[in-house]
Amino acid sequence: MHTPAGLPDTGALGIEHLTISYLRRERVLPVLTDVSFHIEPGEAYGLVGESGCGKTTVAMAVMCYLPANARIEAGRIRLQGIDLTTAGQAQLRSLRGNRMAMVYQDAGSALNPSLTVGRQIAEVYRFHGGLDGGAAMEAAGAMLETVQIADPARMLRRYPHELSGGQQQRVMFAMALATNPDLLVLDEPTTGLDTTVEAEVLDLVSRLRSKFSASILFISHNLGIVARMCERVGVLYAGRLIEEGPSREIFSDPRHPYTLGLTRCVPNRIMRKDAHRLDPIAGSLPPLGLAVRGCVYAPRCPIARSRCREEDPPAFASGASRVSRCFYHAEVPGIPPGVEALPSARAEGAAEELLRVEDLSKRYGVGANQVVALDDVSIELEAGEILGLVGESGSGKSTLAKCVVGLLEASGGEIDFTGRRLSRLADWRKPELRRKLQMVFQNPDTTLNPSHTARRILTRAARLLSTGGSPADVDQRVAALAAAVQLRPHHLDLKPSFLSGGLKQRVAIARAFAGSPALVLCDEPTSALDVSVQATILNLLVDLQTKQRVAYLFISHDLGVVRYLADRIAVMYLGQIIEIGPAQEVFSPPHHPYTEALLSAMPTIDESQGARIKLTGTMPNPANPPSGCRFHTRCPRYLGDICREREPPWQEDHQGAGKAHRYRCHIPPADLGPAQREMISRPADNDERPGASA
Amino acid sequence: MSALPPSLEHGELPAPPPSDRPDQILGAELMSAASLSAPSLSARGLPTGRTREVLRALWRSKTFVIGAAIVLFWVLDAIFWPLFVPYDPEGLVSPMTLQPPSAEHLFGTDDLGRDIFSRTLAGARPTLTVAPLATAIGVAGGILVGLFTGYYRGIADDIVMRIVDALLAFPLIIIAVLVMSILGPSITNVILVIGIVFTPIVARTVRSAVLVERQREYVAAAKLLGNSDLYIMFAEILPNIMGPIAVEITIRLGYAIFTSATLSFLALGIQQPSPDWGLTISIGRVFLQTAPSEVLFPAAALATLIVGVNLIADGLRQVLEE
Repeated sequence: MHTPAGLPDTGALGIEHLTISYLRRERVLPVLTDVSFHIEPGEAYGLVGESGCGKTTVAMAVMCYLPANARIEAGRIRLQGIDLTTAGQAQLRSLRGNRMAMVYQDAGSALNPSLTVGRQIAEVYRFHGGLDGGAAMEAAGAMLETVQIADPARMLRRYPHELSGGQQQRVMFAMALATNPDLLVLDEPTTGLDTTVEAEVLDLVSRLRSKFSASILFISHNLGIVARMCERVGVLYAGRLIEEGPSREIFSDPRHPYTLGLTRCVPNRIMRKDAHRLDPIAGSLPPLGLAVRGCVYAPRCPIARSRCREEDPPAFASGASRVSRCFYHAEVPGIPPGVEALPSARAEGAAEELLRVEDLSKRYGVGANQVVALDDVSIELEAGEILGLVGESGSGKSTLAKCVVGLLEASGGEIDFTGRRLSRLADWRKPELRRKLQMVFQNPDTTLNPSHTARRILTRAARLLSTGGSPADVDQRVAALAAAVQLRPHHLDLKPSFLSGGLKQRVAIARAFAGSPALVLCDEPTSALDVSVQATILNLLVDLQTKQRVAYLFISHDLGVVRYLADRIAVMYLGQIIEIGPAQEVFSPPHHPYTEALLSAMPTIDESQGARIKLTGTMPNPANPPSGCRFHTRCPRYLGDICREREPPWQEDHQGAGKAHRYRCHIPPADLGPAQREMISRPADNDERPGASA
Repeated sequence: MSALPPSLEHGELPAPPPSDRPDQILGAELMSAASLSAPSLSARGLPTGRTREVLRALWRSKTFVIGAAIVLFWVLDAIFWPLFVPYDPEGLVSPMTLQPPSAEHLFGTDDLGRDIFSRTLAGARPTLTVAPLATAIGVAGGILVGLFTGYYRGIADDIVMRIVDALLAFPLIIIAVLVMSILGPSITNVILVIGIVFTPIVARTVRSAVLVERQREYVAAAKLLGNSDLYIMFAEILPNIMGPIAVEITIRLGYAIFTSATLSFLALGIQQPSPDWGLTISIGRVFLQTAPSEVLFPAAALATLIVGVNLIADGLRQVLEE
C-alpha cells in the first residue's frame, strides 16, 4: 500500500530534501537538514521526536507559516503537485483555506477570545465556502455536531473561555474541517489535555478520519498516541529524519539506535523501581547550529564506530517500506539495554509512620461561591515509602501537597509529621520540622531564581537547612549535593537560564535534599521534561530514596511513571481521595470505575490493549459538586439513584498482606472485579460504540 | 507478538515545555549550547548572560543610542560648563538687553543683559541635579512600598493602594504646587516633593511586578527553606523585577525634569538668579513677542533633554520586552 520513501510521489503531501535554517544574531542555524517524506491521500503520518528536534518547524513549513527569520535553504514541499515553497501569497491563502488546515497545540490561545465560537467557525465558511451569514452559521452548527459537541446551537453563541480544553480542541477541529481539506496538520493536538479528554479527542480524530478523507500529518512527542493514530511514522532527531516506516514496526522493532533509546527509556507495565532501572539515552541533543560531521547521533550512540563520525549515513532500506539512517541498522535489535547495576537494596527499617493527614480540607471563597478544593482527605505515609497521587487537573493533587508542605493554609483537619502536630503554614513551623519536609516543583523554568547561580541557590539551602557548620563545611555540603544529583562542578557557577530543563530540575532536587529530608513532595517533577531526561531524573529520585530512606508524595498525571515508582497509589477526584492502596492492587481490578477509566485512557503502543472505557462529559465544577457519589455524572458503571443520592462507602479489597486497598463506590469488590476483568479481555474493536451507559 | 518487547507497552514522552514554536526551540538550543561551553560563558566578575545580552541589544537599538547621546551631552555640559561658557551666566555682561542672536552673544541677551547662550548651557546643572535626586527618592520609596504591599497583600495592601489611587486621581502638578506653597520654595523641597509624589506611582509598578513574581515556584521554595520575608523580598524577588524598575526610572526621570521645570516656571521652585530653564522661560515669556530668544533657547534645551530621556526609556522598554 505504501510506496517506498524517496521515490517521486503523487501523494497528498510530498516533502523533498527540505533544509531550513533560522537566522539569529547574524548566525545561520540549520534546524532541518534534508528531510524527505510523503503522505498518501487519506493516510495518517506521524512525526515524533523530543522537543527541539524540528517537529513544529516541519508543520510551519508545510503551512507556510515559518517565522520571518526562517529560510528555506533547499528542497520542495508539494501539496498535490503544487510547490508551496514558490507559491504566491494569494495562492497560499486559498490553499490554506481549502486544501490544508492545521490544529494547534494550545486551542485556548489559537481561538480568538473576543468572538463567539459560532462566528469563528462561520468565518471559514464565509471566506472559503462562499456562504452568506445565515447559511454559514448553520453550517457551523452542523460542523459542531460532526465534532460531537453537545448542544451545538447553544455552543455557537459561547465564547472560547466558556469552553473546556477538550471542547476548545473540538472547535479547532470544526474550523479545520470546515472546508473539507485534503491535508490536516495536527501539531500536538492533545498535549496539555487530561488523559481522559485526550482519549476522547483521539477517538474523535479516528472517527473523523472515516468521515473525511483528509491526509493527516500528526505531530506528537507521545509515541503511544502516534502508534495508535498513524499508519506510518517518521522519527526526527536534531532536524534529520533518522527513521521511517509503518508505525507498529518502528516501535516494536526499531532500526535506529535513537528510536530504540526512545522506546526503552519509558517505564513499561512490568517495570518496578525495586527491580528495574530506567534506561536513559546518554548525553543530550546537539546544540543548534553545531556543525556535525558524520552521523548526528554518533556522540550518544552505543554502537557508533569511527565510520559514524566520518560520514553522514545515507538512507538505508532497513526493511519493507522502511528507512533508517544508520550504517549499522541491522545491529540495532541486538543492542543490549544500557541498564546500570540495580540500586543496592533499600535501607530497611521498622515500618514507622512518618506522615498522617486527617480530614484535611481546603475551601476557597465564601457562601455560594465556595469552592472545596480538598474535602476531608486522609492519607498516611511510612518512612521511606513512595505514595503516588494521581487524578485529572483540578482534582486537588497540588492543593493537597501545598497544604501538607505549608504553602497553603488548610481550612480544617490535622497534619502529623514524625509524630508531631504540624502548624498549617510553613512560616509557623519549627525549623527542624520544616527542614525534614521539602518539595520539588513542576516547572523547571520557575523553580530556580533566575538571578542566582546554582551555587548560590544550593549554598543558601545548605546554610539554612543543615545545622551549623563553617563556610568550608557549607561549601563541602554543596559539592556533595551537586555530586549526589550528578551536576558537574562547572554547572554550579551558571545561572538557570544557561541550564537545560533536566539540569535545572537536578538543582531543584539538590536544594530539597540539602537538609536530609524525611519526606519530599514531588509535584509533577518530570512532566515538563523529555522522556530521556525524565528517565535520568526518575533514576536519580529512586537512588536518593534508596540511599537516604526518604519518603515521597509523588504527584503525576502519568500513570506509567506512578506505576513504576510508587509503593502505594492514591487516586483523587474533585477534591476527594476515591481510591488508595498498594500500587499493584490499584492497577488491577477490582478498582474504582474512575481509576479503570484513567487506566484505559492511557496511550499505549501495545496491540493487545483491551476495550476502552470512555468517560462522558468533563469534570464538574468544584463549586457545585454532584450529590451522592461525585463521579456519578461520568461513571461508566452508574447503578442508578443510589449513586446520585447516597455518598458511597469505602469498600475494602483484601488481596495480599500489607496496607489495605480501599475505594469509594457502591459496587462491592466481588461484583466489580469480574466485570472489570471482562472489560479488559474484550477486544478493542468498539471504537464506534458510544461510551458505556451514562 | 514476539516482535513487541514489553518495554514498548507504554511509549509515552512527557509533555514538552509549553510550546516548541521555532523561536523557543532556538532558545532551548542556545541554552544547551551554553551549558556545553559553560566555562567560557561563566567567567566570573563579568556581567552574566542576561545582563550582557541586554547591554548588547541596547547598543544595537538606535532609539536608545540617540537618547543616550543627547542625555550624555547635557550631563557633560552640566558638569563642565564653567570651562567653556563665554560669559558669567549670572552676570550682567551687556548693557544691551533683549538683543537678538549676534556673533558676540550667540543666543542674544535677556531682559537684564545676561548672555542667553551661557545661561542655557549653565541651566542644565540645576535641572540635572534636581531630577535624578528626586527620581532616586521616588524610586527608592516606590520599591519599598511596592515590595511590601505586593509581597504581603492583605489589608495593608488594600489600604495603601486605595491611598495611591486617591493620590493618582489628582494631577501630580497640583499636589506638587500645593505642597511647595506650604513648604516654601527651595531646591531641597523641590527634590523632596517630586520624590514623594513619584513614590506611589513607582510603588504601583513595582507591586504589579511583585505580584507576578511571588507566584513563581522559586519563591515558594525559598519559603520552605525558611528564608526570612525580608530576604525573599530583597534578595529573591527584587533582582528579578529590575527590568520594569529600570524602565520606570527612565520614565520618572523624564517626568522629574518636566515637573521641576514646571515648578520653577510657577516660581515655586528654584529662585533667581539661577539660570534654571524653567525659571528663565517664566521670566522671558513676558518678552515673547519682542524678543523670543530668552524663551526659545532654554525651552529647546529642556525639550531635547526630555526627548533624550524618553528615547532611552523607549529603547530600554523595547529591549527588555523582547
